[in-house]
Formats: sequence, structure tokens, C-alpha cells
Amino acid sequence: MYAYDKYDQAMVDARVAEFRDQTRRRIEGSLSEEKFRPLRLQNGLYLQLHAYMLRVAVPYGTLSSAQMHVLGDIADKYDRGYGHFTTRQNIQYNWIKLDETPDILAELAKVEMHAIQTSGNCIRNISSDQYAGASPEELIDPRPYAELMRQWSSFHPEFLALPRKFKICVIASETDRAAMRLHDIGIRIVKNDAGEIGASFYVGGGMGRTPFIAPLLNAFVPLDQLITYAEAALRVYNRYGRRDNKYKARIKILVHELGLEEYKRQVEEEFAHLQSQDIEPPLAELERIKAHFADPAFEAGLSDDLDLSNPGFARWVRANTAPHKVPGYAIATISLKPAGGIPGDASADQIREMAALAKAYSLDELRVTHAQNIVLPHVKKADLFALWQRLDAAGLATANLDAITDIIACPGLDYCSLANARSIPLAQKISSRFTDNGKEEALGELKLKISGCINACGHHHAGHIGILGVDRKGVENYQLLLGGSEGADTSLGQITGPGFSEDGVVDAIDRVTDLYLNQREEGERFLDTYRRLGMAPFKEVIYG
Amino acid sequence: MADPQFLFRDEAASAPAVPLSAFGEDTNATAVRIEPADDARALLPHLDRLSLVEVSFPAFTDGRGFSSARILREAGYTGELRATGDIGVDMLTHLRRVGFDAIAPATQLDAAEAETAFNTWPEVYQATVVDGRKPIWALRHGL
Repeated sequence: MYAYDKYDQAMVDARVAEFRDQTRRRIEGSLSEEKFRPLRLQNGLYLQLHAYMLRVAVPYGTLSSAQMHVLGDIADKYDRGYGHFTTRQNIQYNWIKLDETPDILAELAKVEMHAIQTSGNCIRNISSDQYAGASPEELIDPRPYAELMRQWSSFHPEFLALPRKFKICVIASETDRAAMRLHDIGIRIVKNDAGEIGASFYVGGGMGRTPFIAPLLNAFVPLDQLITYAEAALRVYNRYGRRDNKYKARIKILVHELGLEEYKRQVEEEFAHLQSQDIEPPLAELERIKAHFADPAFEAGLSDDLDLSNPGFARWVRANTAPHKVPGYAIATISLKPAGGIPGDASADQIREMAALAKAYSLDELRVTHAQNIVLPHVKKADLFALWQRLDAAGLATANLDAITDIIACPGLDYCSLANARSIPLAQKISSRFTDNGKEEALGELKLKISGCINACGHHHAGHIGILGVDRKGVENYQLLLGGSEGADTSLGQITGPGFSEDGVVDAIDRVTDLYLNQREEGERFLDTYRRLGMAPFKEVIYG
Repeated sequence: MADPQFLFRDEAASAPAVPLSAFGEDTNATAVRIEPADDARALLPHLDRLSLVEVSFPAFTDGRGFSSARILREAGYTGELRATGDIGVDMLTHLRRVGFDAIAPATQLDAAEAETAFNTWPEVYQATVVDGRKPIWALRHGL
């Protein structure tokens, strides 16, 4: 894992001092709310329906046990005893007091954490693959590149008042577990025909009211030009992204309106100019960062044997573990989606227990996933049973990874001032229905995503089944979408037709999943059957 | 036009700045004002005769002027580069980093708060080059 040196620590400490001073000026009144707003947002502090919400960054989703422990303590000390893990691999607290926020940031800084640029019109926390450094199929660990970009993007003076927020994702696997092409810039670390490592840049993806899958901007940017190229892409956006309408201000609209070729031409021109400016860190800096991500001390020669005689354990292993690159190890996902629970929520005790489990069983590391779960990336197979027992005791052993009950949901109208409809109670209803009726396991992989408004924080466009909450004449109403995917086969869901009440949409999902169970061919997931049959038969069972 | 509250060069330019649209026709003008939507690169053929470029920030949330400033400095402009308009104390350090050497906020800023703000960052992560500061990666590797 990356560890701060004196420079990183000094920068984060300086940020805490700056925000403490800004907060003081706000409370004393010399700083107006209008002027304070962008400053607090760039420190992750939102004003929600009922209270301030603080979003803490988890860079590329990687945490140490000690960091996770502090996240649990903050939930107890400053919030109501729980935290909420988000689709951008961060954690947010929903009941925060403004005057305590500088103290929270100071506590975070002690364990090399912060809330820098987790909101606002700037480059946000950089996300990555939750299996980084553990998966057998990745080309290389993508996190050093993400850390290099974290430092470049932190307090970048030219890019702190962009037209709109800017999200970057870095992966290095063919399998996309991070929705890379739904980011403003998605980077895949690749190897070219000459065997050199470089970066493929995708640009202009995003969800929101106008979803786009990012097209390829440049198939191979050499590693010693990575920062310069990113800077060129950002400068063109900062100068020409629309500022007349916040709904058209994301880079996806610029790329769409200019056309990819014209945007690319401008980026290449800016890139050629910036190459003369010596802004690129030397490769030695990348190597320095890479050394932090060297493999932890794996034991060699471990057995892959596993006693699966306990059916509950066997089910959890089947659903929630993935192959590891080292023999005798597994990647284990802790589901934060218990039956009838709130997606992504964990209590302070659960957070601390996960921290303890990471220390005992996962070489001190955890990951946050964009599907709002937690990963223990390096677990010995011989330890899986003991791990499962402790998870079970903590209410964390739900065996439903990527199942219909592993729902992504935004906070919705229960917390968010932008929402049109509630997301959480609907997620709880669907979770309960499909657990109680026993269909969850039969349905296999079925990614269901719920957004409480058109801003799409719950990724409804990218769900195999997506739900969008809208306001219809003052009543919450839910539109149903089918056929989205955020994986390597990224696609956007299509709306089935007229919307439903909360109970109505649960019934409609019951019917489309029945159709799938009746019509599926060998090995087909829900998404595959939908793609083969098309919308018509699904519409028929919903509305017919 | 207000004098800069913060000046990081020997003296402030005194010539009145003309808008970019008028600058093209007035070949004697030595001072120009650019708005966020203006292309700073339109000035590049004329840098030799310019003693002042004023970059206007009508709203502090519009960051185009930061790119304009760096583009001018990157092209070798050495005259006064003045930020004007809706400028709060929390922007000061960033304005300096992209190459402004004069800052004229529409509303006078508290001097003590400004002093604190200019000294916010012990070091910097990026090479903007135009501010002359060595980035952290250069310090780490003795560059």
C-alpha cells in the first residue's frame, strides 16, 4: 500500500489547516455561504436535507486495517454510529456538524486519509479495480498510476473551477469491475505490440441525465507522458466545456458536441505544446510509487483445498470469493447488502470488525467496491472458514455478490436534496422479496441498480435491471430499465414503458425475472437472455 | 480601473486595458483585457508590445482564466498578468501558481487573511512551471 512521505503528510496537514480557517471564517460570518459552498464541497462536505454529509476519500478504494478502524471510530464519535460506502469507493457520513468537520479531517490526516476533492467541480477521487494486485488476470497493478494521478490532481491550480465534476478511473484488466467507460476519463493500462506498458484513454463517459459510454481517445499513451496527456485533455475541457447549463457541462457533452475527432485534435495540439513545458514527473517517481505496491508477504506453497461440507459456508464461498493470483489464496467480498438492509451501510462495530478481519486474515488490506461492498483481497483459503464464521457473527456473511439482492442504490429522498423519490426503502423491499421467495440464488448474476433521480448516482443506466425514481405530480414513481451493463460489455439500459408505484415496480421485476427463468438457455445470465430476446417479450409480461 | 491590491513585480502597469475585440484594431494598445470566453492564444503574436494583460473573473466559479494565464506565461509573456473581478481570499494561492503577478479583487480583501492564504501550501504537487516552484516529485528525486 502507498504510505505518505513527509511531503504528502505536509500537504494533507496544510489542507486541514486551510479548511479549519475557512470554517472559522464561515462561522464568524466573514465568508458567505455562497463563497463557502465550493470550498466545503472540495473538502467533501455537502448540505443535505437534514444535516451536513461528509464524504471521505478512499483513493482507488484501498484501505489499511488501521484506516478502516478510524472510519469506524469517526462513525461513533461524530455520526450516528454508521457509515455509508459509495459507488465511487468512498465512505460518507450523513449526520455531521460543520464545526466538528475540521477535527474529523485532522483525525483522518493522522492515518493518511482526507476528504480532498470528493465533491465540487474538480478532479474527484480516482477510482480503480477492487481486485487490483490480487487478480490473476490483471496485466499489472493499476494503483501506482492512480496514485501518480492522485498527487497530480490534488490542488491542481488550473483545474479547481472546472465546468463540472470530473471523474477518473484507472484499471489494468480486461474484465472491467470499475465501470471504467462510464467515467469522464477512463484509463486502461495496456501492453502494446512492442511489449511496452502504456495507457489507453477513454473520454466522455458518464451517467446522469445524458448517459454516454466513453469512446477511445488514444489507444496508447506512453507512461512518461501520462500526466502531460491528462493535463492536455483537462485543459481543453476547462477552456471549452459548457458553462451556460450545468446539465450540459460534463466533458461527455463537449466531446459529443465537438465530435470525438475534433476534441482529439485539440487535445493532441495542446499535448504537443505541453510536452515542451517539462510538467511530467520522471519515471523514477512512478517507480518510487510502484515500490509501495509490491506484493505483501504471501506464503508460498499453500494448498488450494477447501472443506465445503458446511452448506452455508459453501454457498458463501461460491458467491463471494474469486480466484487469487497466488495459489492457496482467495479474494473475499464482504457483502454490505443483507436481506432487507440498506445498501452500502455498515455500523461502526461492523467497520471495526472488518478492520480486525483484514488484520487477521488479509495482510492488513481492504478495498471498497463501486458496488458498495468491501473486499478482503488476500485471504488464505485455509482461513476462509474462520473468516466466514466471524463475518456471520457480525451480520456480514450475506452470500449474494452480483445477485439481484446485491443492489446499488443512491441515498435517495431519505437524505438527498436533489432526489425525487426514495431509493433505500425500495432496495429493502426488493431485497426482502427475492430473499423470501428463494429466487435470488436461482437468478444468478443479476445486477440491479436504483437511482432516486435523473442524476443517476445509483447507476440505473448500467443495471441489468435499472430503476429510476421520478416525481409524477407530487407522487413517487419508478421507471424500469432493462439491459444495462457496466462491465467489459458496457451498455445502457432501455426504459420498459410507463412507470410504477413502489410495490408495482417490485411486482414488475418479479415478472421479468420469471420470464428469464422460463426462457434462459444453458449458461445464460439475465442480461444475456434479455439481449437475445430483446425488449418485446419482457414488455409483454410487464404490461400485457 | 482599480490598482492591484497584491503586486509581485516592481510596479503596476498604468496603461488602460482595452477589450480583446478593440485590441486587434488598435495597434498602439499595450494593455488588453480578456474575458473567460476569449482565446488567450489570440494574443500570442502580440506579446512583445504588451505590458499588461488583465484576465477577468466575472464569477469566481468560472476557472477559464486559470488556463488563460498559464497559456500566456507558457508562451513567454513577461509583462504584468493581472487577475481582476470576483476574487476571494481562497483563490489567491492558485492565482499565483498559474502565473498571475498582480491581483485586483473587486472587493478589497483582508490583509491578514490574504497573508495566510498566500502561505497555504508548504510545497506543491504539480509543475505549473510558470510559478517557478519545484514540485514535490522534483524534490523527492533531487531534480
